[in-house]
Amino acid sequence: MSRVVHAFTTEIPVWSPYVTPVDLAAATPEQMAAMQVTPSNKGVSPYVLTLAHDPESLAVRSPLFNQIMYGRQGLTSAERELGAVGASVVNRCIYCAAVHASRFNNLTKRPEVMDAIFADERSAKLEPREQAIFDFAAQLSDTPPTITGAATKKLEQVGLDTLEMVDLILSAAIFGWANRLMHTLGEPTEPI
Amino acid sequence: MTLIEHMAGIRPGTPLAQAMAARAEILRLSQAAHDAVLLPKKPGGISHGLRAALAARMARQNAQPRLAEHYDELMRRSGEMQDSDVSLREQTRVAAIVTHADLLTLRPRDATRNDIEALRRAGLGEPDIVRLAELAAFVNYQVRVIKGLQGLGEAKR
Repeated sequence: MSRVVHAFTTEIPVWSPYVTPVDLAAATPEQMAAMQVTPSNKGVSPYVLTLAHDPESLAVRSPLFNQIMYGRQGLTSAERELGAVGASVVNRCIYCAAVHASRFNNLTKRPEVMDAIFADERSAKLEPREQAIFDFAAQLSDTPPTITGAATKKLEQVGLDTLEMVDLILSAAIFGWANRLMHTLGEPTEPI
Repeated sequence: MTLIEHMAGIRPGTPLAQAMAARAEILRLSQAAHDAVLLPKKPGGISHGLRAALAARMARQNAQPRLAEHYDELMRRSGEMQDSDVSLREQTRVAAIVTHADLLTLRPRDATRNDIEALRRAGLGEPDIVRLAELAAFVNYQVRVIKGLQGLGEAKR
């Protein structure tokens, strides 16, 4: 059995569920539809097969996630990924943090930002715009959320417009959702 | 108007209302997600009433009393009454569900394999374990969208 990954990393681990995923061969038509399994798309991850135990939620969550992370206009893709990482650091979802830090790095070619976040987590020192975005995402991820008017003001000061702020809220919040599935229903293990 | 817009108090004609119009599909899908986790066609071992009660508790833990009232109302509408003659097995099962819902809301970072094992010992099968996670995950998404949008609404006043 491979070892569990406990430290933040940009090397994407393998996700191993604690629960037994749905058996694709035995999946119901509703589960197949929720997993978006078609004759041309038969590759289904253990994560999606696990979530297929609740096909009603899965069928809605996938398009919602895609709209929030990849919708047009508004906040840049890289900054949505930064919001996702902010939430994932607070909730300590090693797997989510790895995937979305990697995407940020691919988009920006600035690995030093994620290096700083993974080293110092919420104390990380970043450029002003990234600092405001990361801090806001982290504060929104506390329970209850600890964001204040000052955090919103900071976003304005570093130049975010209203739609960009909405996109940041949505990207951090959807990781409040994703982290609670990924980190609690399974664990990240070292790639073989 | 979707529940999130209603709770966030978005006023027509403001920059925030314009931004939300650009994200109308996200609001629509968020409402559909609410219905999928609170009022599913197949609730399994977590009834509509129990889901609403758990959601109200999660909303309060996130300092969203108005949202909690919405879920209290859903609980009442479910028509599920408190039964004084609940079996010990059912009491144990519900207690394990509440304990796990609290963990997922308050300290998700501390969750481990042992917490899933505890649910199994209390009699939950795989589908109910996933249903419970989706419910907690959704409500914790929803409270954060509302809280964030409320902040933007205040900043624009």
